[in-house]
Amino acid sequence: MTESALRAPIVKPKVGRDDWTMRAFIGVIGLYLVITLAFPLYAMMSKSVRDNDGAFVGLANYIEYFATPALTWSIGNSLQVATITTLITVTIAFTFAYALTRSCIPLKGLFQSITMIPILVPSLLPGIALVYLFGTQGLIKELLFGYSIYGPIGIVIAEVFFTLPHAIIILITSLSIADARLYEAAVALRTSRLRIFLTVTLPGCRYGLISAAFVVFTLAITDFGAPKVIGGDFNVLATDIYKQVIGQQNFEMGAVVSVVLLIPAVLAFAIDRVVQRRQVALLSSRAVTLEPRPNRGFDAAMLGFCVLVSVFLIGMLGVCQFAALVKFYPYDLSLSLKNYNFDVMDGGGWSSYWNSIRMATYTAGFGTVVVFSGAYLVEKGRGFRAGRTLFQLLAMMPMAVPGLVLGLAYIFFFNHPNNPLGFLYHTMAILVISTIVHFYTVAHLTAVTALKQMDPEFEAVGASLKAPFHRTFRRVTVPVCLPAILDIMIYLFVNAMTTVSAVVFIYGPDTNLASVAVLNMDDAGDIAPAAAMGMMIFYTAASVRLAHFLVSRHLKRRTQAWRIR
Amino acid sequence: MQLATLFHRGVTTVAAAGLLAVSAATSAATLTVYTAVEAEDLKKYAARFNEDHPDIEIKWVRDSTGIITAKLLAEKNNPKADVIWGLAATSLLLMKSEGMLHPYQPRGIERLDPKFVDKDDPPAWTGMDAWVASICVNTVEQKKHGFATPTSWVDLTRPEYRGHVAMPNPNSSGTGFLDVSSWLQIFGEEGGWQFMDALHENISHYTHSGSKPCKQAARGEVPIGISFAFRGAKSKADGAPIDIIVPSEGIGWDMEATAIVKGTENLKAAQTLVDWSVSEKANMMYNEGYAVVAIAELAKPVEHFPEGILGGMIDNDFEWAANNRKRILGEWQARYDSKSEAK
Repeated sequence: MTESALRAPIVKPKVGRDDWTMRAFIGVIGLYLVITLAFPLYAMMSKSVRDNDGAFVGLANYIEYFATPALTWSIGNSLQVATITTLITVTIAFTFAYALTRSCIPLKGLFQSITMIPILVPSLLPGIALVYLFGTQGLIKELLFGYSIYGPIGIVIAEVFFTLPHAIIILITSLSIADARLYEAAVALRTSRLRIFLTVTLPGCRYGLISAAFVVFTLAITDFGAPKVIGGDFNVLATDIYKQVIGQQNFEMGAVVSVVLLIPAVLAFAIDRVVQRRQVALLSSRAVTLEPRPNRGFDAAMLGFCVLVSVFLIGMLGVCQFAALVKFYPYDLSLSLKNYNFDVMDGGGWSSYWNSIRMATYTAGFGTVVVFSGAYLVEKGRGFRAGRTLFQLLAMMPMAVPGLVLGLAYIFFFNHPNNPLGFLYHTMAILVISTIVHFYTVAHLTAVTALKQMDPEFEAVGASLKAPFHRTFRRVTVPVCLPAILDIMIYLFVNAMTTVSAVVFIYGPDTNLASVAVLNMDDAGDIAPAAAMGMMIFYTAASVRLAHFLVSRHLKRRTQAWRIR
Repeated sequence: MQLATLFHRGVTTVAAAGLLAVSAATSAATLTVYTAVEAEDLKKYAARFNEDHPDIEIKWVRDSTGIITAKLLAEKNNPKADVIWGLAATSLLLMKSEGMLHPYQPRGIERLDPKFVDKDDPPAWTGMDAWVASICVNTVEQKKHGFATPTSWVDLTRPEYRGHVAMPNPNSSGTGFLDVSSWLQIFGEEGGWQFMDALHENISHYTHSGSKPCKQAARGEVPIGISFAFRGAKSKADGAPIDIIVPSEGIGWDMEATAIVKGTENLKAAQTLVDWSVSEKANMMYNEGYAVVAIAELAKPVEHFPEGILGGMIDNDFEWAANNRKRILGEWQARYDSKSEAK
């Protein structure tokens, strides 16, 4: 073959065996996304225009929806709660991120770790904490001056807790890339601090602010845990879906509400993508990193603020742990482990906890392989542009799909009598598949970012040495990207432990999960055991997180030494 | 159908065949049993049954009565359950009228109180025990608010109880439905809705499950919970400061009952389970929590159960309740659903 290749003049690069293998792999992973994402979503859309017997009824379900005030009120409720949450969260997150990047307070690392706490618990947990803090028997209910925590107030506080870490991560990144030269110039021109803040700082991180706002808004409007526990009679779109599907088994109406919820989520996602694309060009190569200077009064105020936020975050967890260990709140405050006797309560008992760990482990394992291989093929593959672009698009889709909507779509698709994949319904496999898809986008972006940092020369050199791409992948790409791979694993593991929204529709009698158990125990009135199970999830996620930190530090020292010159 | 075509076009045979191979292994002696029995009793029920029949494994699917009912109805054309063990008789009557049950006369049926057996021959379902409505009143909170102990349903509409009462949503909870259907029988159709209109003024929230109002009353989250006697007795045994009240107008009740789902592939095992479910051993097991069971002579008093339960049970017309279930629930939802918590 080499000889004939030498003789024949080649105009177009030939597609070799390597390329075909790559294309086949892209095809397989792409097909995976089509089956587990595109088809279910199609099934859901189609369900929303059909009646109970499957006959096409056009927009009849939508007309019925918009003619039922009890249902359409939820649109306003959802928008209202999400907007207020966004304003409060972004304000707190900005101040916090500002303190961590622009002041000289001590313990910055500790504060930043504390703000990551809410990521490690299901969003039901802040709701439970609020019942103990501000409910009828609440520890500090006087602070609400007679207002009820059940309703918008409770939802907003719980959502702020839940969304804070996401906003803080974005804003810290955004505030870290300031150019010190701008500030020097401003000071030289004797600009007041306020004016510097308004004309340099804020515009400098405007994309970060916008991005944080949209991320928080999307999380708050699609979240289901907080309004479920603390919402009382204040209905929102997410709880309506659950109510229609689980409460009344009205799947068609559930599909309609899902489509309604999909609209703001997709819009917010699209705007965020556009904004993030612009952010890249902000920092020039000549920029000088800004080093904050000590300022007593300002630093003290910032420290106070960070302590306050930390107390709020830790306090919420502390209350749950306290409630879990108390025998019979509020009448018998002696300590007891009786609330950990999950086997005699709704929700599947201790086996649901072990199921969760299994599910999270599978998700982290298989998910990382699928996501990283997919990202590699898209990023480093040659030719086959159309296929790769389509794949990119599919990989970005899950971000815009709320978990409840995905879960409902799975019922329609996998429980369809004619679906040959129907045997997956109610199994562990479907939980793993749905969770990987649910959290695909962030994992994919992490992998792509890491791969982009690698010079394409590696592949070129590998190819010129006639090493098949999979050898280069195994010997070079994976070791170099190991920190990113570990990040993807931990991200998938933690989210699989805490997620409720997608899995609540598809778990089966043998595959109950800890996060769903929290929901079901709270539903049955067993709120203290629900808090206990929620804290079990926290401890598990936190220890895995810690292990990840230690392992990746060790690995960084051993395998990433080449990064340090 | 469109979905299927789309699917067949999209999936390569390779992927499907590979996945199908995984599903080949299933065991024959496993029964999927749908139930609304309290979660804390499920392990016990399965274990006692397995003492006599270790070869049959029970897979529970448990939820509130309304949810299990809705689930069974939704799965009508593609049933997933083999047996229903522990669901309201009113729900089973509804399924019987939909032709979803497989009639079967279990061995030992002659010992059951005729009230606990479906009227057809062979019967579509058999009863296990009765569960009865009750009011749980938290005595600590009562002192704090200084209200009198309610002794009747009508008492609960007095202004002193405004915002102090929780009750289950009848759309999801079987206890909620037996409350509503009994009020419509006690006060008559018109009087019943008038009573509920007045009660609605005092309701703080409607809950998803029938046990939650009493559990919330036990914790003092609401002072008064409309729930069922069994739950109240359990909470009281756990040390909750509650009184369990039997209202003077009489109390609604329903049976927990058993039936075989039509089309089950495990008919033999299902019949074995149903035979066992009417046995003396099973009845004594039901009696550990429920004061009234199908084999009447076995019933022994249950600790913390309120006095006068038997006398208070109304002459419940199950056929009427089952036949009007959909209408009653629709009417209820239109009138009161705004105070219902997210289910």
